[in-house]
Amino acid sequence: MCPPSYYGIEYEINPWMKRNRQSDAALASRQWNELRRVLAEKLPAEIQLIDAVPKLPDMVFTANAGLVWQNKFIVSNFRHEVRRAEAPHFAQWFRARGFEIVYLPEKYYFEGEGDLLRCGELWFAGYHIRSDMMAHQKVAEIVDREILSLELTSGWFYHLDTCFCPLSEQTALFYPPAFDDYAKTVLEEHIPDLIPVPAQEAERFACNAVVGDNDVVMNTGCPLARKKLESRGFNVYETPLDEFLKAGGSAKCLTLIMG
Amino acid sequence: MAETVVQISGHIIDSLILPKVLDLIVSLGAEFEILDIQVGHRRSDRSHARIKIEAPSPDLLDHVLAKIREHGALPERVEEESVQIEAAPLDGVFPDCFYATTNLETWVRLEQQWIPVESIEMDCGIRVNPSTRKAQCVPMHRVKNGDLVVVGQRGVKVVPLERQQPGAPFEFMASPVSTEQPKGLLIREIAESMQRVRRHNGRILVVAGPGLVHTGASKYLAGLIENGYVQVLFAGNGLAVHDMESDLYGTSLGVYVDKKIRASEGHEHHLWTINRIRRAGGIRQAVEQGLIRKGIFYSCVKNGVEFVLAGSIRDDGPLPDVITDTLQAQDLMREKARGVSFALMIATTLHAIATGNLLPASVKTVCVDINPAVVTKLTDRGTFQALGLVTDVEPFLRELCSDLELDVVCSS
Repeated sequence: MCPPSYYGIEYEINPWMKRNRQSDAALASRQWNELRRVLAEKLPAEIQLIDAVPKLPDMVFTANAGLVWQNKFIVSNFRHEVRRAEAPHFAQWFRARGFEIVYLPEKYYFEGEGDLLRCGELWFAGYHIRSDMMAHQKVAEIVDREILSLELTSGWFYHLDTCFCPLSEQTALFYPPAFDDYAKTVLEEHIPDLIPVPAQEAERFACNAVVGDNDVVMNTGCPLARKKLESRGFNVYETPLDEFLKAGGSAKCLTLIMG
Repeated sequence: MAETVVQISGHIIDSLILPKVLDLIVSLGAEFEILDIQVGHRRSDRSHARIKIEAPSPDLLDHVLAKIREHGALPERVEEESVQIEAAPLDGVFPDCFYATTNLETWVRLEQQWIPVESIEMDCGIRVNPSTRKAQCVPMHRVKNGDLVVVGQRGVKVVPLERQQPGAPFEFMASPVSTEQPKGLLIREIAESMQRVRRHNGRILVVAGPGLVHTGASKYLAGLIENGYVQVLFAGNGLAVHDMESDLYGTSLGVYVDKKIRASEGHEHHLWTINRIRRAGGIRQAVEQGLIRKGIFYSCVKNGVEFVLAGSIRDDGPLPDVITDTLQAQDLMREKARGVSFALMIATTLHAIATGNLLPASVKTVCVDINPAVVTKLTDRGTFQALGLVTDVEPFLRELCSDLELDVVCSS
């Protein structure tokens, strides 16, 4: 995770961001600390931190930094210029910890775990809005796994992790209107228990949850999703993340899974 | 048609990317053929497909390629090459190894985009303006020092004429010259083509030689003009002089058109005609002054049909209307040929070839001559779309007028 020391709405690269709807720095900091505490205590997760860098307000959304695979770190090629300077800081952090740094061809956009999620042995990738199809083919070569690419169709749900949340090999939350028909068919064919999330909870980022073995950490205000998860035996922990919703991110966006 | 081959690989089967790409190609108006496909055996194995895409035009193909690229389907040749351009070294001089045009629809690739070449005609160069993103066919004498001109073949695409539907008029392009065709049928098809062109407000160009007057066929051409089947006429000094001689003296080169006998001192009629028109100031003036009262050019003037008379080294006179600077004549013919969709060339060799050189291959062209060599010559020099009809022009025009149901009563 990356503390929100320099977090703010300083540009607009998705429909959530409005520079005239600024985040409250102190409140953002409290919400981030609370998320960190819940993750550490409830999952429980071991959390490592990367230093925030001035003028990189979105560095707090570490999920987009790249993808960790075994001892490799595949660095993101951000689509938007304003986020590209984050990449070297993450690469340096992982290199210092002994990871092999893998770069994709510059011409293919890739936004890390934001667009690439594992559901058991299957990997799903979102493309068309932020990441490119070709980038995922390259990643598939590196990880030697099948990656099923899903076309995202809504600017509001611009990363796969904003509209799709794998919970186990059998189960996932998803927000159907964010996908094209082919992608919906692919999801239905591969995931037996696919739980649709209603619009009002998708907009509360119900799908942008952090998942442990049997625990799910998500933003507040998603009672239906919570109920469905609890009925399947998951423990759901809600923690308010409204300040980060202003930039189009929530719990999952604020974390990068390292293993 | 434009076509290219793309390839796509990855987990394209389970993710439905391949069917999506194929659906996309069709929904955008193109067609595909899967050239080969290899499906991975294990889950982690990648599949691979090569797909040929055919689109009705290069720009639609570009559009399809841009759309399917987003789903990972890339052209086999990763980036299509742009044209090479070089500055013209002098006025009227192309760079060495300039691309010489054909009369077929042509496109050039400029900064990853196919651009149509405007005003295409054969044996010219292509001038490119990168800032306006325009490409234009330009004859050698019109190029200016510093103009950017396409050199080499790279990044140039020529679109062949589509095959005609079997049974359609002009299908017989395959054997364009024959003395043994059923002419009545061909002439009827030509008449139908001309009617179709006029129904759609298309322009018909007639190129005619003086033989037309000798054979007594002027009245038919005048009839076509009177009835709106001619929008522009190209000819030389001869046709105009003979046409007006026959009005003024009843002879063509001194021979009575209706009696087939030589007039006494008839050769003087020819020169007197030229002299009288020169004195009148030109054809239009001669008609307006009431000197010329019927004939091909009378009908042109009366019906507002444009004509271009191009001069030749053996012209008598010539008439004031004749353009003696050949480049100037060529440019005017070029200008007047724009927008023509049907060209009828009758009893002329040089003017037919000159006009054929200026026309895009998409213009339906009919060449009628008693001499099969004329039609052969025309097609050999690149106007391959020309349909040849070997016949005397008088019966041809008589039958054409009859098929068009024109009541031609005026006598030559």
